[in-house]
Amino acid sequence: MVEQSEEIGISVRNLYKIFGPNPEAYIDAVKGGMSKTELNDKHNHVLGLKDINIDMPGGGIQVVMGLSGSGKSTLIRHINRLIDPTIGEVIVGDDDVVKMNENELREFRRHKTAMVFQKFALLPHRTVLENAVYGLEIQGLPREEQEKQARRWITRVGLDGFEDNFPNQLSGGMQQRVGLARALTNDAPILLMDEAFSALDPLIRMDMQTVLLDLQKEIRKTVVFITHDLDEALRLGDRIAILRDGEVVQQGTKQEIVLHPADEYISSFVREVNRGRVISVDMVVKPLSGEPQGMAVKSGTVLEVAAKKMTDSNTSMAHVTDASGKPVGALDIHDVISAMVTPVDHEDAAA
Amino acid sequence: MDWLIEFPAMDTDRLTALKKTIDLGFRNFTRANGDMFETALYPVQWFMYRVEQLLTSSPWPLVILAFAVIAWLASRSPKITFGVIITLLLIGYFDMWEDTMKTIAMTVVATILAIIVGIPIGILMGRSNKIQAVLNPILDVMQTMPSFVYLIPVVMLLGIGRVPGLIAVMVYAIPPIIRLTNLGIRLVDKDVLEAADAFGSSNWQRLKNVQMPLALPTIMAGVNQTIMMALAMVVVASMIGVQGLGLPVLKAISNQYFTLGIFNGLAIVGIAIIFDRTSQAYGKRLQKHLEVVHG
Repeated sequence: MVEQSEEIGISVRNLYKIFGPNPEAYIDAVKGGMSKTELNDKHNHVLGLKDINIDMPGGGIQVVMGLSGSGKSTLIRHINRLIDPTIGEVIVGDDDVVKMNENELREFRRHKTAMVFQKFALLPHRTVLENAVYGLEIQGLPREEQEKQARRWITRVGLDGFEDNFPNQLSGGMQQRVGLARALTNDAPILLMDEAFSALDPLIRMDMQTVLLDLQKEIRKTVVFITHDLDEALRLGDRIAILRDGEVVQQGTKQEIVLHPADEYISSFVREVNRGRVISVDMVVKPLSGEPQGMAVKSGTVLEVAAKKMTDSNTSMAHVTDASGKPVGALDIHDVISAMVTPVDHEDAAA
Repeated sequence: MDWLIEFPAMDTDRLTALKKTIDLGFRNFTRANGDMFETALYPVQWFMYRVEQLLTSSPWPLVILAFAVIAWLASRSPKITFGVIITLLLIGYFDMWEDTMKTIAMTVVATILAIIVGIPIGILMGRSNKIQAVLNPILDVMQTMPSFVYLIPVVMLLGIGRVPGLIAVMVYAIPPIIRLTNLGIRLVDKDVLEAADAFGSSNWQRLKNVQMPLALPTIMAGVNQTIMMALAMVVVASMIGVQGLGLPVLKAISNQYFTLGIFNGLAIVGIAIIFDRTSQAYGKRLQKHLEVVHG
C-alpha cells in the first residue's frame, strides 16, 4: 500500500468509557478488575468500553465487529467525540481528539471526518442535493462549489436524476446512498460508518458493500466500519477488531481471525464462514522444492478461486507467484481443499 | 368548635394591611415607571396605529383582495380563498366592517408581537431543562389565570386604551407559542441532530438548519393557537377601551341586545375561521416533504 499524504491513521489508546453520574470514581476499580456486572449491580454505572487499544492504519478499512451491546457504536463515536471518553486517548494523525477544545473539535469534524449513520439521519426537509451539500455548507464554501462536488458524488453513488427528491420519496437503500454521498462530498480523510448497511435488505446490502469497495479503490480513505455481521466484516475489512462486552477480544486481518480465533466466542462465529472466500493461498503455500510446477497463481488469491482454476485446468500442483511474477511457493490442490472444508474448532486452532 | 366550621383565616386587619401594602407598592412602582413603559412602548403603539389605519382607511375592495391574496399564498386552496372573500363580504354587508378591521388589526399585531417574543423564549426553553423547569409553572399560571385579571396590572401601569389592551392580549396569547416552540425543538429526531454535530455544525447552524425547520410545523400549530387566544382576549380587552367587535358585544351584554351580540359574535367566529383555516393550511404545506412517501 502506497502511503499518500492525506491518509491519516487512527490510534485508540487505553480508552475507557463508563456511563453514569460519576464515572471518574470507578475508573480505578475497573482498571483493578471490577467486572461489568458488579459495576452495574452494585454501583449503578454501566461499563461501555474497557481498555480499548486499536491501531487503524491510514487508507484502509478497519472493521469493528460485535453484537448489540458490545460497545461498537460507542467506540466509533469516540473518534469524532460525539461521546467523550472517561479516560484514554484517540490519536488521529498527530492530534489527540480528546484534548481538543470546542472550536478545534468543530474544525476537526468539519475537515477530517465524515459519518454515515445506521438510520441514515438525513434532513427530511431537504432534497437529496441539499442533503449532500450539508458538510460543505457548514464549512462555508461557495454554493457553486458545494453543488459541483455534491453532484459528482450523487452521480458516483448512482443517484443521478434524484437530486430534487426528498429523502422520504426514496427507498432505504437509496436513502443510504444519499447518506454516503453526503459523507463523501465532505471530502474528509476519515469516513466513519456506523452500521451503515445494517438497516438494508441483504441484496441491497451486498450492493452497497460493492459500491463502498469500488469507491475505496479510488478514494483510499481511512474507513472505520461498524457492523454486527461477520460476513460483512470479512468482505470489507482490511483489519477487523472484535468487541465483546466493551472489550476487544481479538484483532487482526480476516485470515488471522478465521484461522486462529482467539477464543470459543469467536470460533463459534467463524465456524459458519465460507473459508474458501476468506483464506488466501498464502496460508497453505509450501516452500518451493526444485522447479515451480503447474500453473501460476497470484499471491493473495482466495482458496475458492485457486481451487476452481486448478480443477478447470485439471492440475493438482501449482505455484504461487508474488506481485512481480516470481514464484514464491508450491501449491497442492489437496491442501487447498482441506483448508477450505476443515471446520475450525478452538481446540484445533490452538493446537 | 367554631374553628372547625369557620376556617381560621388571617385576621381581617392584617389581611387588609397585606393587600394594601402590595397594592401601594405596585402603585408606587407604576407611578415611578409608568411613563418609562409608555415611552418604551411607543414603537408598538405606532405600529398598531399604522396597521389599523391601513385596514380601516383603505378602500374595502382592496382590503378584501389583499386578504384573498394572502389566503391564497398561504393555503393554495380555492375553497379557503373563496371562504375568506364571502365571510368578509357578509361582515361588510351587516355593517361591521370598521369594527372587524380594528379587531383584525389588534389580533394581527398581538400575534406578531407574541411570535417575536415567544419563539426565542421557546427556543431557550427547548435547549435547557433548567429554563423549562422555571418557565413551565409560570406558563401554567398564565394559562389558568382568569383573563380579566390580566387587565388589572396593565391598566394600573398603562391606563386604558389600545396599547394596554394590546399588551394584555399579547400576554394572554403568548403561552401556546412558547410551549409549542419548546416542544417542537425537543421533538427533533436525535439521530438527525447527531448527524448535524458529526459534520461540525455550530450551535447557530444546528438551530437554523435542523432544529427550526424540523420544529416549524409544531411552531405553526402554536401560532394558530396564539391567534385563537388573541381573538378570544380581544373581546375581553374591550373592557379597557379596546375598540372593535368586542365593544358592541359588551354593549349587548349590558343592554340585553340579543341580535347585536349574536351578529358581532358571529363576525368574530368568521374571522377566527379565516385565520384558523389559513394558518393550518400553511402549516400543512410546510410538511409537504413528509407527504410523498416511498411505497
